[in-house]
Amino acid sequence: MLAYLIRRLAYGVGVVFGVLFFLFVLFFTVTSPDDVARKALGERVPPAVVEQWKINHGYDRQLFPGPGAWQENMLFEHYRRMLTFDFGRSDADDTPIADRIRSGMMPSLTLTLPLFVLSLLAAIPLALLVAFFRETYIDRLGVVISVLAMSVSILLYIIGAQYLVGRLLHWFPISGFDSDPQLIVRFLALPLLVGVLAGVGGDVRFYRTVFLEESNTDYVRTARAKGCGEGRIMVRHVFRNSLIPLLTRVILAIPFLFMGSLLLESFFGIPGLGAITVDAIQGNDFSVLRTMVYIGSLLFVFGQIITDFSYGLVDPRVRLE
Amino acid sequence: MTALLEVEGLTTEFPGARGALPIVDGNDLRVDRGEVLALVGESGCGKSMTALSLMRLVPKPGRIVAGRVRLEGRDLLELPVTEMRRVRGRRIAMIFQEPMTSLNPVVPVGDQIIEAIRLHESTSRREARERCRELFVEVGIPAPEERLDAYPHQLSGGLKQRVMIAMALSTRPDLLIADEPTTALDVTIQAQIIRLLRDIQRDRGMSILLITHDLGIVNELSDRVAVMYAGRIVETGSRKQIFREPVHPYTRGLLRSNPTLAQPGERLPEIAGVVPSPEEWGKGCRFATRCADHFDLCDQEVPELREIAGDRRAACHAIDGGPAGGGRS
Repeated sequence: MLAYLIRRLAYGVGVVFGVLFFLFVLFFTVTSPDDVARKALGERVPPAVVEQWKINHGYDRQLFPGPGAWQENMLFEHYRRMLTFDFGRSDADDTPIADRIRSGMMPSLTLTLPLFVLSLLAAIPLALLVAFFRETYIDRLGVVISVLAMSVSILLYIIGAQYLVGRLLHWFPISGFDSDPQLIVRFLALPLLVGVLAGVGGDVRFYRTVFLEESNTDYVRTARAKGCGEGRIMVRHVFRNSLIPLLTRVILAIPFLFMGSLLLESFFGIPGLGAITVDAIQGNDFSVLRTMVYIGSLLFVFGQIITDFSYGLVDPRVRLE
Repeated sequence: MTALLEVEGLTTEFPGARGALPIVDGNDLRVDRGEVLALVGESGCGKSMTALSLMRLVPKPGRIVAGRVRLEGRDLLELPVTEMRRVRGRRIAMIFQEPMTSLNPVVPVGDQIIEAIRLHESTSRREARERCRELFVEVGIPAPEERLDAYPHQLSGGLKQRVMIAMALSTRPDLLIADEPTTALDVTIQAQIIRLLRDIQRDRGMSILLITHDLGIVNELSDRVAVMYAGRIVETGSRKQIFREPVHPYTRGLLRSNPTLAQPGERLPEIAGVVPSPEEWGKGCRFATRCADHFDLCDQEVPELREIAGDRRAACHAIDGGPAGGGRS
């Protein structure tokens, strides 16, 4: 068990190192330190100001280690800062990044946590129902609706919901956020609705496949042969055995709840980590972007380890070695 | 003896590329109280589908299209689903070929049997567990108390099949359908399971419908035999009759090619040709393509399963009168 944990952690370190490396290479393939500076300062600034800004922000050094400069380069600095959790300040507005993460986490979680729970509560019973009626018209209708729901772009859901519910019906505000719990509910209604709608199709299809696969097993036939009803078979036999593939999807998603939702937050004006990430991408804000990607990769590794350990809880055959 | 189960004209179809294929094609069967009927045939001849049809557990897209399955006179095919559920497990229990996969892997085996008991009787969990322990003793599972809480993967194949048998016995069914119960097991374990089934059958006076391709097991366990070929039953009779004087050419070929019944040093004769797939079934006798005795009529008409003498039946034009006799009597 301990050996297993250590091995998984070692893999995790590899993953995080790789992610940081590719982020660095990709970012500076499409942009240059000059672009970062100009984005922060504006287009009409003299070259001397740009140079000074680059020196202040550590963008004046060479990108990769070279002769006599194995420490004096940006890649080394990139790793040093991330691994010591010294996130620094935003390239765009000079605010401390750690503060922004702290203030963005709560808005993100108030959106993603209910979204996560609501999606599960919608998708799993629907999938069980569709799987229960397998090879009937209910099943086929369910699949068709699911495919339709997942084929529509999330942007259309967002625009459609804002127009219909927000503008025509005036039920909920179109976008915005407030820390007052009474108001939050009204602000979250639309993004939650859109999030569930956009995700439920794919989820239902995935869970349906998992449930159907388990429905065709020999032990389900045994359960039928001993007189089990179909409903009981779905819940007691099929569902319990589906937990492994289910947990992989569900538990792996939990850490990412902290990262917020990129599209929903930026379209609905929720000041969470997802919106911060989108702003960083648009504003060439490398120091914010790499921090978000780094935290995301840490959460991913963490989620994977948690997932592995959860297998042992639901399947007596699993032993971590 | 009185009939426990009477099957008439049972037909189960699966959709094929060119129309429905009758994988079980109008078969009659009878199982008396306290007897073991062996249903024998090659793989794919429809034995298992016959068994699943009796339980109304034919997997989709297959379906039962005709026939009657009477358990003590009551037609199971007419029962509402909820009534049928009370028959499964309670009146007719079934064990399968694959003990490895037939138990739920995430539920302790004891709980799976307790579930079977409590589906049909209002017993407390504790009583059900106690009965489960007794059953484990009866089917020869060592250390029964600990094994109740074991998961399937912690048991060997032989033990799993014993658990399956215990589960089948747990509700004291009248009929046990054993679908190739030993095929997936080691030879030594096979013999133990056969012996167990024989003892249980004797002690409980239960009826067994034994489905197998192994004539050795048939010889050891059965009272009567029904031989199946390409979806149809071609011969029935007592074990002695079938083994001593088989009349259908297929049964004769089957017995001649069986190593357990052959003389040492003798080269085993085989039945020439291969079993036709359901798509290849013509309008005549399905064995005609491989039959040494076949004549014109065999290609034109399916022979009926006819009484030859007493409880003896066979479906063969040659027996019905042969080419000289002009076919049908």
